Amino acid sequence: MSETKLSVWQAMQAKGYSRREFLRFCSFAAAAAGIHASGVTSVVHALEKKPRPPVVWLHFQECTCCSESFIRSSHPIVSDVIFDYLSLDYTETLQAAAGAQAEQCMHDTMKNYPGEYILLVEGSVPTNDGGIHCTIAGRTAEDILQEAAKDAAAVIAWGSCASNGCIQAANPNPTGATPIHEIISKPVIKVPGCPPIGDVMTAVVTHILVYGRMPELDGQGRPKEFYGRRVHDTCYRRPYYDAGLFVEAWDDEKARKGYCLYKMGCRGPVTYNACSVTRWNEGTSYPIQSGHGCIGCSENGFWDNGPFYQHLASFPGFGIETTADTVGTVVGLAATAGVAAHAISTNIRKKHLIDQQIEEANGDEKNAEGGKA
Amino acid sequence: MATTQAVHYRRVYVWQLPVRLYHWLNALCVAVLIVTGYLIGNPLAISYSSEAYQQYWFGTVRFAHFVTAFIFFFNFLVRTYWGFVGNEHSRWTNFIPLRKKQFDEIGNVLKVDILQAKAGDISSTGHNALAGFTYFLTCLAFAFQSCTGFALYSSMSESFLPRMFAWVVPLMGGDFAVRQWHHIAMWFFIVFTIVHVYLVFYHDYVEGRGTTSSMVGGWKFEREDEHK
Repeated sequence: MSETKLSVWQAMQAKGYSRREFLRFCSFAAAAAGIHASGVTSVVHALEKKPRPPVVWLHFQECTCCSESFIRSSHPIVSDVIFDYLSLDYTETLQAAAGAQAEQCMHDTMKNYPGEYILLVEGSVPTNDGGIHCTIAGRTAEDILQEAAKDAAAVIAWGSCASNGCIQAANPNPTGATPIHEIISKPVIKVPGCPPIGDVMTAVVTHILVYGRMPELDGQGRPKEFYGRRVHDTCYRRPYYDAGLFVEAWDDEKARKGYCLYKMGCRGPVTYNACSVTRWNEGTSYPIQSGHGCIGCSENGFWDNGPFYQHLASFPGFGIETTADTVGTVVGLAATAGVAAHAISTNIRKKHLIDQQIEEANGDEKNAEGGKA
Repeated sequence: MATTQAVHYRRVYVWQLPVRLYHWLNALCVAVLIVTGYLIGNPLAISYSSEAYQQYWFGTVRFAHFVTAFIFFFNFLVRTYWGFVGNEHSRWTNFIPLRKKQFDEIGNVLKVDILQAKAGDISSTGHNALAGFTYFLTCLAFAFQSCTGFALYSSMSESFLPRMFAWVVPLMGGDFAVRQWHHIAMWFFIVFTIVHVYLVFYHDYVEGRGTTSSMVGGWKFEREDEHK
């Protein structure tokens, strides 16, 4: 716990790192955050001078996959981030302290560094039944979040749970799981994904640390650097899409050839994430590279947009795998049938109508004659 | 023997050239958009040269969809403008039932269309009140398709027009939802086309006033005796 508030450089010096190692670390951090080579000096500058920001990492309704992803960041190596870069004062998963000590750490940070600490939130907040579905030390998640967010310098929503509710908020959402931006009144940086890419997580933190402000966000509050493009736009299988070469079944020749997975329900075209650029596990692979379509885990309500293996969501009220197309076809056929029936009925009445009109015509003629006479 | 009727009809110039041009350009655009849109949603499994560089048909289908969408959109804008400067039959007031006369006529048209009553009570020369109102709903569908379509397009475009619709995506909760709604709305256009084409023929038949050909030549006919 950082009571003296060392800068990253000071902390690294204390651990015996050389200047060269520090500069190499800065270059890694800059690259991971998408900062241009000419910006490396500002990274060096920031990490030399600025005190390491204290961090409070809260866990609510989540599965800890965000933390798991975070500790697998490849550059900057996570131990560096956690121990040299940030001053991780409170996180249930990784801290050594427990019980009253842990609570003490959190409260000390909030009390000693108001307006300075970064609040990272993993998990959604239940709002039904007075919030009893998630409590820590006898307090509800909402209560803890409100208190922690009050004096935070920046709030980051880790993962889809905190950003859009994820699986807890999927229909019928029994706990009233709510993303954090709907609970607190501060701007929230959303880093959605189930989990988000570890390198993206560290890069977002790096950005805040280096520039002292939030990264540029898109219309949905996500950093543009990493969520500005669709998985589809940077996918290495994209040429197959434009060429109209699609996998038709999981075990066909086209799957073997690595064609586009669009017809297998791949959500790449509607999902904003950096998977196809950054990739996962030290740039090893990402779902589409492994032969499975994207399930759109960083998009709002992706659990309710199923099934994952078809492109249109099930149409509500018509049972599983009934899509808008099925319903539309039925309605279209019904309209055609109705029109056909109407035409038949009209033509059955045709004779009657024409007779009637002839009668009218004759009547008119008579009237006309009558007029003459 | 008289199958001809001794009724006098007056020839009325109803659809001005811009309206007719709009109609057929719009019909063409909608047809192309439905076909290409359906293909984009459900691409054919046509085979197959073996590598991606050898063909580009899906990209071409998408390109056709986007180009047609731009034409469709501006055509729609021109028609909206014409709704304020055109003749009495193309004015916006025909499309929004605000007067009692229009409501009465909607009732009459429903009787003619559904109960197949005699067509004598439809007095409008241009759109009947129900048709006008249906076209108003269609305009809302046009606007909806334009908003969702350009919103989907906005993330791959830097140009001014699509970017103006970027706000639709967060509003609807993401590209997936926008795409879903854009797709559902396509079926409105398909069903509309079926019913619209049929009703034109049907009204031509029961009213006998040249409804079908009026959209080609612009002229319709009204009975002299029922003229106001």
